[in-house]
Amino acid sequence: MKRRDFLKGCMACGAAAALGVSEKAWGIGSFEGYPEGMGVLVDLTRCVGCRSCEAACNKEQQLPAPDRPFDDKSVFEEKRRPTEKAYTVVNRYEQTGGGPVYRKIQCNHCNEPACLSSCFVNAYTKTKEGAVIYNPKVCVGCRNCLIACPFNVPGYSYSSAFNPVVKKCIFCYDTRLKYGKPPACVEVCPQEVLTFGHRKDLLKIGRDRIKEKPDRYVDHIFGEKEVGGTSWLYLAGVDFDKVGFDTTMSNDPILSNVKDFLGVVPMVLTIWPALFTGFHLLATRNKDHADHESGNTEQEVRKS
Amino acid sequence: MRRDWEKGVRIVNSHFKVPGRKKWSLMDKLLLGLTPREYISQAVRNPFNWLLAAVFAVGLPVIAMRFIFGLGAVTNSSCDYPWGLILDFGLFAMVPLSSSGFQLGTTVEIFGRHDFEPIERLALLNGLLGYLFAVIYLLVDLGQPWRLPYPMVVAYGPVAVLFLVGWHVATYLSVQVCEVSVAFFEWIGFPLGKKGVRSITLGLTVAGIILSTLHQGALGALFNYAPGKVHPLWYSSAFQWLHFFVSSIPGGLCMVIVVSTVVKKTMAWRCDDKFLDNLDKLTISLAKGASMGLITYLVIKMMGIAHDNKWEYLATGYGAWYMFEIGIGVIIPLILFAYGIRNKMVGLVRFSALLTVCGIVMNRLNTALITFNWKLAEREIPTWQEFVMAITLFCVYIVVWRFLLYRLPILYAWKTADESATVPEPAMGHLPGRSPEPAIAGTYRSRLDENVGGPIRQWP
Repeated sequence: MKRRDFLKGCMACGAAAALGVSEKAWGIGSFEGYPEGMGVLVDLTRCVGCRSCEAACNKEQQLPAPDRPFDDKSVFEEKRRPTEKAYTVVNRYEQTGGGPVYRKIQCNHCNEPACLSSCFVNAYTKTKEGAVIYNPKVCVGCRNCLIACPFNVPGYSYSSAFNPVVKKCIFCYDTRLKYGKPPACVEVCPQEVLTFGHRKDLLKIGRDRIKEKPDRYVDHIFGEKEVGGTSWLYLAGVDFDKVGFDTTMSNDPILSNVKDFLGVVPMVLTIWPALFTGFHLLATRNKDHADHESGNTEQEVRKS
Repeated sequence: MRRDWEKGVRIVNSHFKVPGRKKWSLMDKLLLGLTPREYISQAVRNPFNWLLAAVFAVGLPVIAMRFIFGLGAVTNSSCDYPWGLILDFGLFAMVPLSSSGFQLGTTVEIFGRHDFEPIERLALLNGLLGYLFAVIYLLVDLGQPWRLPYPMVVAYGPVAVLFLVGWHVATYLSVQVCEVSVAFFEWIGFPLGKKGVRSITLGLTVAGIILSTLHQGALGALFNYAPGKVHPLWYSSAFQWLHFFVSSIPGGLCMVIVVSTVVKKTMAWRCDDKFLDNLDKLTISLAKGASMGLITYLVIKMMGIAHDNKWEYLATGYGAWYMFEIGIGVIIPLILFAYGIRNKMVGLVRFSALLTVCGIVMNRLNTALITFNWKLAEREIPTWQEFVMAITLFCVYIVVWRFLLYRLPILYAWKTADESATVPEPAMGHLPGRSPEPAIAGTYRSRLDENVGGPIRQWP
């Protein structure tokens, strides 16, 4: 190799390294989802509470038969949440001055999922299609993801003694989304409540609907920014807190709450050893700072 | 045990049954120098053992049920309340009370305060067992406990706070096993092992400080994942990890005061003079440290509320509960400590330490269970089986703790051969109601050697 080539190579490597560092430094900001990520726009003004999405989900995901049939409207008397037996549920919210509003609940497939960032065995994956999927083979069962999920979505099969796992909506990833098909609930909905598409297109559609009918919609797309943005987006005709949404939610992803602490970790790891060894040397100067007992016996030995 | 000892049964506190001539066998050491029959008879005599047996009779089947039929069969853990009483008590409340190991280690080994040595090993053992049982409680609560090593060998989630907790608790457990192994090596008679561990004590102690700082804090940071679920008064965006870390300081120190009191009341026969004579003085010293920890904790708690401007929550029902917790667990102990330390009232200091311990436990239960999901209408009430399991595991903890304290040189100094000849008198004066002369107990095997001399109690 000629000397000039060598120098050239060094410079190229150096430039690449510098570039790499700067790219990475920029990359630590926030993640706003994969560019081609899919999503679903849920228009609550269209939902009539027929629960056919629940039935379709049950069939697609081969879940156990429900306690009450899917055409039984008495389930609306209480507020339900997704569980290990039902990945999606529809709740009814009575409104003062107007008919009830129905809301479908399932995993919102966050851009920066709290379940994923809280999992110590990395059981969760955010796929490039936008789904948050789960690997039951590595799950230890600490249930930190249930604690972390700001939407109270994941369920856990507590009834299983030997293989309890987390059960949640996976956007029909294995059977449909992977092949570009919409999830079962979207396909079955008779009211076109659910619109499947690229997330960025859905945001446009949502804004257009609000613009076209400002009287019909509240001027907000829930999930556009909440906890860093979600793949599932909601439009509503009443204030979101009247249909069970937590409107106090921050726009920062849940992970940003623990970043402060995670930043302390390398500091403690690097500073403490020198600091406390230093304290030791300062505190025990002119004193016997070796092993107390053996130090004494050595002295005694010397005396005798 | 005390009665045997009063009768003149010799306690194992050195390798030699007869100085320079006859060694204790391992069996002797395990049976505390009693014959198997004597050992069983003293165990049966003790009413506390009957209480333990009753707890185990109910508790062990419940724990078996949990493993055979699953968590759902015996706990109220749900999708909204995934962490129930077992985890919240066993892990979140026990770990801060186990910070004593690193604190006394630091005092003695880093700052060279060898006057704390009589209580150092008790603090180290308290730390070790606290962590060990935190892991055992965790194993009972985990969905698939056999996968506990997964974050270390199978799949890594290094962004997760729990990943850090897992690694640190595992590493710190090993560090604590090393620290306590010194006592074990003395007892088993393996001086080389003791020497080896002693030579890395400084490193172990510094590692202990690092790991403790981080995972005590990390347990708090775990709740940063749930900003909308932990009640604002128990949640702090900026200081959550500091709240947990700082409160673990008085928690650990007060736990040492509490356990040393238990030891003094229930197993004085096992303690040596050095321990018993210094205990009151050391209790006051520990209380001084705990007070400083408590006042720091109080200030940083107030700062947490001021930082997020959450004063208005104090006017709610949760606010009253919060002030009750701070009052009972922080402010009253601070006042009692101040008065007790100033007037050298050791009893008051001990009571105050107990209050502090209760305060820390209450804080962890409040954060993780009692006020958790405050926005939801339904509160989780643990099942009776959960209480039974938590109590049973705690009783196992007591049994292990007692087993080790009875045997290992933790409350007493292990006598080497030359020392035992010069220091023949163990802690005798502290036992109330001891007989002025040895009871007629010629049937006891260990009495046979009495007149040969050595570390046997010479009755006046």
